[in-house]
Amino acid sequence: MDVDLILRVYPYFLEAAVVTIELSVLTILLGLLCGAAGAWARLSRFALLRFAGAAYVSVFRGTPALIQLFLLYFGGPQVGIQLDAFEAGVIGLGVNIGAYMTETMRGAIVAVDHGQGEAARTLGLSRAQSFRKVVLPQALRLMIRPLGVNINAQIKGTALVAAISVVELTYTAQRYIGSTYKPFEMFLLAGVLYLIIITVVGKGISFLDRRVRLQ
Amino acid sequence: MGLDFSVVPGFADALLLGVLWTIAITVAAAVLSFFGGILLAVIALYAPLLVRLPFRFFAWLFMGTPLLLQLFLIYFGLVELGIDLPAFVAGVIGLGLHFAVYNSELIQTAIVAVDRGQMEAARTLGLSRGQALVRVVIPQAVRDVIPPIGNNMIALLKDSALVSVIGVSELTLSAQLAIGRTYRPFEFYAVAAVLYYFINLGMEAVLRRIERRTQLSR
Repeated sequence: MDVDLILRVYPYFLEAAVVTIELSVLTILLGLLCGAAGAWARLSRFALLRFAGAAYVSVFRGTPALIQLFLLYFGGPQVGIQLDAFEAGVIGLGVNIGAYMTETMRGAIVAVDHGQGEAARTLGLSRAQSFRKVVLPQALRLMIRPLGVNINAQIKGTALVAAISVVELTYTAQRYIGSTYKPFEMFLLAGVLYLIIITVVGKGISFLDRRVRLQ
Repeated sequence: MGLDFSVVPGFADALLLGVLWTIAITVAAAVLSFFGGILLAVIALYAPLLVRLPFRFFAWLFMGTPLLLQLFLIYFGLVELGIDLPAFVAGVIGLGLHFAVYNSELIQTAIVAVDRGQMEAARTLGLSRGQALVRVVIPQAVRDVIPPIGNNMIALLKDSALVSVIGVSELTLSAQLAIGRTYRPFEFYAVAAVLYYFINLGMEAVLRRIERRTQLSR
């Protein structure tokens, strides 16, 4: 174990960890947005929207995220989409995790007892009101934990942007492995930083989950 | 620049070969992750503390870090140790170990959930603890988690695209080589996506069959 080397390079890894955190936050926010839109489409009264939602989920979950990212970043310019690597990473990975979140959110909404929506309608609430005031609050509680699983996967998933040369943790580790020939030290350094990020986020999600369950 | 898919058929052979390699690496890594997962689960539950703790640590490290990072570690780490493996083998080991850890978590839960009476009955019939575990408890535990393990295997297929970065010439790398010759990234990545989609459909069909077979005997 080359401790001197680790002490010398760790500031660069910290900088890279900040980029990984930025990527995680942005992709997760975009994913939640796409997930909400996808779940709304999949549960719509209109067949066309249901089909569009199902197609979104099927295509983005049925092909590798790396291919989607490459298609957007390298293939985009051919169809008039010019993005830098960071933007392509956020959009590509955000839309990808959104497909997984669509299913998570849909599952939680469907899991709320049918009687709840029906009772609300009987009491005179409109379809939209009964969804917003009765079904959704209960579904939100159910979706925190499974969304946590998606979020955990996405934090690790941000590593894919290393393949389009965004300087985040995995790219930095790869570059230093190449220049120092110390794969174990560099892996450990990057690994510890990933674990810190994931553990902190995980604790936050279980805290939130416990809070909403207590109410 | 516009799109021109007419360049694709010229590379049909290379792409199909890529498809075969993707299937090969997925199957090899799936088998490794299945049996590796059982082995890791048994170690995590029954090995002496001195063995168990490092394994737990290893599992925690593998579940908390990206697969891509692990692939770099395994590929360059093996070189560092003087072990020169072909990229394909390094890819199978990397993918297989990564998913073995995830499978092991599922199998551990399932082993604990198998009725205690099963182990007791097997012991009463004269089987040793190890025999009872291998012949009675583990088969029941594994059968219980076939569906979620199947989901992991679907994820494995899609993550197999990552081994292109360490030079395994599967579908993604085949597409990249064709792009290097033609400068047509959109066309080839789109075709690769379609091919992955069909491999995925095929794999889901196979998994459904396995599921139906194994869940029938319950």
